Amino acid sequence: MTRVSFDQQLTEIQEETLLMAGLVESAIDRSVRALKERDIELARLVIHDDLKINAKRYDAEEKCLELIATQQPLARDLRTIVSVLHITVDLERMGDHAEGIAKVALMGSDEAPLRPLADIPRMAQLANKMLMGSIEAFKDRDAKRARAICDDDDEVDALYDQVYSELLAIMANDPATLERATHLTWVAHNLERVADRVTNICERVVYLVEGHIRELNVSKY
Amino acid sequence: MTELRIQAPTPFRREDALVTAERQPAETGEPASDFRPAEATLFSLQGLSFWYGQKQALTGVTLDIPVNRVTALIGPSGCGKSTLLRCLNRMNDLIPGIHVEGQVTYHNQNIYAADIDPVEVRRRVGMVFQKPNPFPKSIYDNVAFGARVNGYRGSMDELVERSLRQAALFDEVKDNLKASGLALSGGQQQRLCIARALAVQPDVVLMDEPCSALDPIATLKIEDLIRELVRDFTIIIVTHNMQQAARVSDYTAFMLSDEQTTGQLIEYGPTQEMFTNPKDQRTEDYITGRFG
Repeated sequence: MTRVSFDQQLTEIQEETLLMAGLVESAIDRSVRALKERDIELARLVIHDDLKINAKRYDAEEKCLELIATQQPLARDLRTIVSVLHITVDLERMGDHAEGIAKVALMGSDEAPLRPLADIPRMAQLANKMLMGSIEAFKDRDAKRARAICDDDDEVDALYDQVYSELLAIMANDPATLERATHLTWVAHNLERVADRVTNICERVVYLVEGHIRELNVSKY
Repeated sequence: MTELRIQAPTPFRREDALVTAERQPAETGEPASDFRPAEATLFSLQGLSFWYGQKQALTGVTLDIPVNRVTALIGPSGCGKSTLLRCLNRMNDLIPGIHVEGQVTYHNQNIYAADIDPVEVRRRVGMVFQKPNPFPKSIYDNVAFGARVNGYRGSMDELVERSLRQAALFDEVKDNLKASGLALSGGQQQRLCIARALAVQPDVVLMDEPCSALDPIATLKIEDLIRELVRDFTIIIVTHNMQQAARVSDYTAFMLSDEQTTGQLIEYGPTQEMFTNPKDQRTEDYITGRFG
């Protein structure tokens, strides 16, 4: 007794999840680049491409529901489908965070920059590294790696603290920077949320492998 | 046979069983079949092996079945699940050439001991079969049959009504109790057989694929009934329908035969755990349909 067609469909929804993660990684990277390089076209592209990410999420949900309804998945199959459902929702929300950063890039495009961005791109880089690590852990069913990635969230939180307090100091010194600095706190917050959502993906990987739903890292935010 | 009182069960919460399950095989390294429910036990099987003549059908099954729960036996054809079920009320005794080793205790009494009357065992441990098999008698007489044989002294009308109500059939047949049991639909016939089994006041009902001859609606009715009955009875069900085992049972036992060993218990645990996160790869392969 084999389930060739079911196995193909299971592979398909997982491959779609990997593709979606690639789109989200690119959106985060491009949104921060658009902000740093004041590239309006790139920012608009990120906003436009978010529709594709959203469509992938709904597509994944429909396919998962169809499999639940028609294949009565159990055990690992069930956990795979439930994990894909959760992971794609988290990815879609990460895409929204990238879109939010792109909107900030558009808003500030006609103003003088506060100062060259360094920590925010570092946050983005770290968040993206966590994201792709978590997706590889999902692909490889690697619970150990998923747990290790969760610990990196503390580093993103620390960077967020640093960026936030620096921006507060800038605002306190010069009220004329209030609007621009506030926008940058939004950007940093979006990136901090991306890293939090990566820990959700890691929790799903652990669930997929070990069968138990556990909170792995309680973010300080 | 000595009268034994069933211990009142503590209220069951699936979470309780899961907590027990977590401490079981995964963390202790014990085989997945070593699970023991943390509840009052009704049947305790110790190294039960069984032969039909030269052909071995069960190998060293050790299993505790709790009181007032539904325990499902699942596994592919020929894995020994029906044989195991029939060992619980000595129904296999009716087949010539059988041989039993190990122990089956029921209320702490070995039912295969020399001084045990198998007829009394079968009265206490009722059975419902795959195909509804009402007698060619009226609905009333079907239900009353066993009680009459046993010399029941109470009000027969009350017993028949109570049994039919317990089997969720009374309202459908109350105006026509004299009609033939064979005139009922398949699902009703199966509930009549359940009423007939309940009328001799057992404390266990064994069900051997009770829904395999029924349509989906009749099947769901029997499943609802099983969940009702388990308040008063212990139910052990053999089913090929894994969704059914998942829906109705509290505990699930997975059995398998391979080239070396016939009729072995592979894994036993709380149903929720068995169907979402089985411990043994063979269980995983079977319930996800990748067996063989």
